[in-house]
Amino acid sequence: MPPDFIAAWLNKNDIFTAMTIMEYWDGMVTTVQLVFLCLIIGLVFAVPLAILRTVKNPFVSGPVWLYTYLFRGTPLLIQLYIIYYGVAQIPGIQETFWWEIFREPFYPALLAFTLNTCAYTTEIIRGAIISTPHGEIEAAKAYGMNWFMRMRRIVLPSAARRAVQAYSNEVIFMLHSSAIASVVTIVDLTGAARNIYSRFYAPFDAFIFVALCYMVLTFILVFAFRKLENHLLRHQRPVGS
Amino acid sequence: MFDLKGYGPALLNGAVVTVELAFLSLALALILGLIGAAAKLSNSRVAVGIATTYTTLIRGVPDLVMMLLFYYGGQVGVNMLSDYIWETYEVDFFFQFNPFISGVITIGLIFGAYMTETFRGAFLAVETGQIEAARAYGFSKWHTFRRVMVPQMLRHALPGIGNNWQVLLKTTALVSIIGLTDMVRVAEEAAKAERMPFHFFIPVAFVYLALTAGSELFIKWLDKRANVGVIQET
Repeated sequence: MPPDFIAAWLNKNDIFTAMTIMEYWDGMVTTVQLVFLCLIIGLVFAVPLAILRTVKNPFVSGPVWLYTYLFRGTPLLIQLYIIYYGVAQIPGIQETFWWEIFREPFYPALLAFTLNTCAYTTEIIRGAIISTPHGEIEAAKAYGMNWFMRMRRIVLPSAARRAVQAYSNEVIFMLHSSAIASVVTIVDLTGAARNIYSRFYAPFDAFIFVALCYMVLTFILVFAFRKLENHLLRHQRPVGS
Repeated sequence: MFDLKGYGPALLNGAVVTVELAFLSLALALILGLIGAAAKLSNSRVAVGIATTYTTLIRGVPDLVMMLLFYYGGQVGVNMLSDYIWETYEVDFFFQFNPFISGVITIGLIFGAYMTETFRGAFLAVETGQIEAARAYGFSKWHTFRRVMVPQMLRHALPGIGNNWQVLLKTTALVSIIGLTDMVRVAEEAAKAERMPFHFFIPVAFVYLALTAGSELFIKWLDKRANVGVIQET
């Protein structure tokens, strides 16, 4: 499409003005920030938790199991509500500096999303760790590697390869779940669409456009993960390809 | 021991609404999944194209956006349709879109796409020898599908259906956002009115937990029954 055609279309259009497109853009920035941060923090905590979850001692693995069970067994919306409405009820919090942070809806939402994705990621990594071929661990032991080195050099890298497929699903799932941030007054992509819908009473324009935005984000993620998977599993490619 | 401040009956009604919503959506999702899988495995290019577009579209868009689109857009669409019918045929037709119906349609459509993938994989896991044998006995295509493929496919589909059901159950919470008075909605209103968020949300969370834990047990039992005649490799 030539640019002047787009300009002409935008000139005649009442809904997709430069202003509403900026609203969508700001919403997209918020969505990407929220999802990116919660995934990174979730992943950082999920790796040690997954290792703890594989420990034989039930007093170590039990609490981690309980955490993942609770967060995977309840809807994210409830977790968000509990944290968003609940934080203000903690006695004395309104006098501390935490209140400056948690007064904004962004941080309670980030906390809820992080706890949720961390629970799912822990289970994904745990599944990958426990399916490590026994021979690999035996070989590492035979080489005289201690537990730490075995984890770092053998178990975790091979678990990462097995986990990447399931983790890419979790990332996309999180992107889609982040739409509920709009319920606690955050103006993310969905929040922007809801604002624009209520201003123009034009459900199709507002929501189909935002659906396309999410679809573009999803396909970028799918593409990136496919590249990553090819990179991680390149030793398994058939010879000659 | 647990004072629900008179919101108890409303919460219970909400829980019933949640369960109804989940079961109706599951039924719709299973039907759509079967149709989708049959379309994906058919020889017709058009059917494959439609089914692939359907599953790709659904997997690219968040559940909440779909729900808002169907709820707000559905009513506008129905109004446009009824205007058109009135102008051309002079028939008075009106249909009120409510949150429950849009919830069932949206969740059914979303999980129909996931079920399509589940059923497709399960159909592919049925041995071709079984299908060939059925054809050799003179079974028609439909007959083979109904008598040979579906019964044998179900065993492979069961774990996938179970996973989808667990996710579906939690997705029903979203319908409270478009105004359905389910458990979550009641808890939200109560929590706001009484300023006691933990007091109302935590019991609701435990109801969800009980539902998912109960279905886990049921699915395990079903799985055991479906695999009775199969030697399990351990």
